[in-house]
Amino acid sequence: MYAQEVKSTGKPVKSLDEMDPEERAFQERIDADIKIEPKDFMPEGYRKTLIRQISQHAHSEIVGQLPEGNWITRAPTLERKAILLAKVQDEAGHGLYLYCAAETLGASRDEMTEQLLAGKAKYSSIFNYPSLTWADIGAIGWLVDGAAIMNQVQLQRCSYGPYSRAMVRICKEESFHQRQGYDIMMKLVKGTDAQQEMAQDALDRWWWPSLMMFGPPDAQSVHSAQSMAWKIKPVSNDELRQRFVDQTVPQAEYLGLQIPDPDLKWNEARGRYDFGKIDWNEFYDVLKGNGPCNKERMAARQKAWDDGAWFRDGLMAHARKKQSRKMAAE
Amino acid sequence: MPQDALFDYVLRMGDNCLVLAQRVSVWCGHAPVLEEDIALANTALDLIGQTRLWLSYAGEIEGKGRSADDLAYLRDARAFRNCLLVEQPNGDFGQTLMRQFLFDAWHHFTLGALKNSADGRIAEIAEKAAKEVAYHLDRSGDLVIRLGDGTAESHNRMQAALDHLWPFAGELTTPDEVDEALTQKGVAADLAQVESQVSAYMEKTLAEATLSAPKDAPVRKGGKTGLHGEELGYILAEMQFLQRAYPGATW
Ligand SMILES: [Fe+2]
Ligand SMILES: [Fe+2]
Repeated sequence: MYAQEVKSTGKPVKSLDEMDPEERAFQERIDADIKIEPKDFMPEGYRKTLIRQISQHAHSEIVGQLPEGNWITRAPTLERKAILLAKVQDEAGHGLYLYCAAETLGASRDEMTEQLLAGKAKYSSIFNYPSLTWADIGAIGWLVDGAAIMNQVQLQRCSYGPYSRAMVRICKEESFHQRQGYDIMMKLVKGTDAQQEMAQDALDRWWWPSLMMFGPPDAQSVHSAQSMAWKIKPVSNDELRQRFVDQTVPQAEYLGLQIPDPDLKWNEARGRYDFGKIDWNEFYDVLKGNGPCNKERMAARQKAWDDGAWFRDGLMAHARKKQSRKMAAE
Repeated sequence: MPQDALFDYVLRMGDNCLVLAQRVSVWCGHAPVLEEDIALANTALDLIGQTRLWLSYAGEIEGKGRSADDLAYLRDARAFRNCLLVEQPNGDFGQTLMRQFLFDAWHHFTLGALKNSADGRIAEIAEKAAKEVAYHLDRSGDLVIRLGDGTAESHNRMQAALDHLWPFAGELTTPDEVDEALTQKGVAADLAQVESQVSAYMEKTLAEATLSAPKDAPVRKGGKTGLHGEELGYILAEMQFLQRAYPGATW
């Protein structure tokens, strides 16, 4: 996903004629769909934008463990508990692939973590909402992973080789995430009145934040033109959002749930759904740190980092001892 | 009595896995490094898988139509048969790791013996679980060594965890009537043998970790017969919340 509002160069996209020969050769490779690899030449702006996008994506996977992890100990059956554990474990694994991809661009994992904790690097706004009931675990899998897939599928075509390959691996695991979420919702809507209410309430709370996951509208997104020219993000925010709505509305109908948008309706001429206005003030407010759980999410990550310092130092000290014993023995 | 003993024995195996998985999974998203988030989720996942096998079999032995979920979600604390070690609080990461290590060592050698159980179902479950648990012990043993022989702080934390948890580990290798009755029939693991294997392993691993086990610490036990610490009630309250709040609902 999970990268919203990635800052790019902030400058207009250059035409081929305006580029120096090296940069021009680079752009021509991208235009010809040849992947860029870590050792290849790349403009500094391309490298920086990618580091921002990939680290934002990685941080989202990591912080994303928290709202779902919140329900592992309370999962209602042993099977649900196992599925949720496997899912959260996958997300941590995605974080790992992505940090590795960013490391190929010269950013270290520790640096990226410090930037997250210092509030300099972002993560997806969606994870600043609380998971209040078991139905939220269903809604997160169905909507949040659904939106993530929509975004990540196009990122498989990203011009940067290691990121594109990480996306291929991740996409293979994501469909299971969405299915388990939808399956939870299915069970709830077929269940008791209280379960049905729980399902509707979760959809009511997660719908709009899920649409915000795709980032601001194209017209306001100063950075997406350059990212699209570089094929860092091949499809625009608005187009991805529309695809998500078109895909999800029939799924909600099948569940018998009401999407909380009175303006939502099928547009025959466009062959797509029209939908209501997104409250972008809420989005920017959450990005600024004022969402319902921003403080708690960062506090949890900060605590894990601080409390873990002795553990990480211990392992490093042991590795050094082992090394010097080995040298002494030689 | 013999049927009851078998039910109890299989419950113990399952409840150990379940309660430890509950504890371990709390770390998801909060571990000291990302690799540990992944490894702990994986450990918990293995343990839940094993729980399902053991508790399903326990339900069959009992013959009252209780499923693994019924046993996990609808029993009160007094009916749980896990040892005290696995219900101990997570503490710092060192304590979590030491608890895992002490449990893994017992679990590994016990499952090794149970692969040859006279009870075919037990042997089958042990066969599958043993592969996972061998890996758990490799991991926890390796980390205990590295942290014991790491910095002064990591050493002190691991030693403190060992001092604190060691008395609980004794319950696992101390046989009671259930163990004895079933060992005679070749169904249960012979705890005298398991104890000597665990001791040899501990001696070697703790030496490498530069840690020392407390001497003559009295064994703290009770969980195997349903006499738990106060903590277990809270673990169950959390785990069983949805099943208790929405009785009879399917999820
Ligand atoms: Fe993911
Ligand atoms: Fe996912």
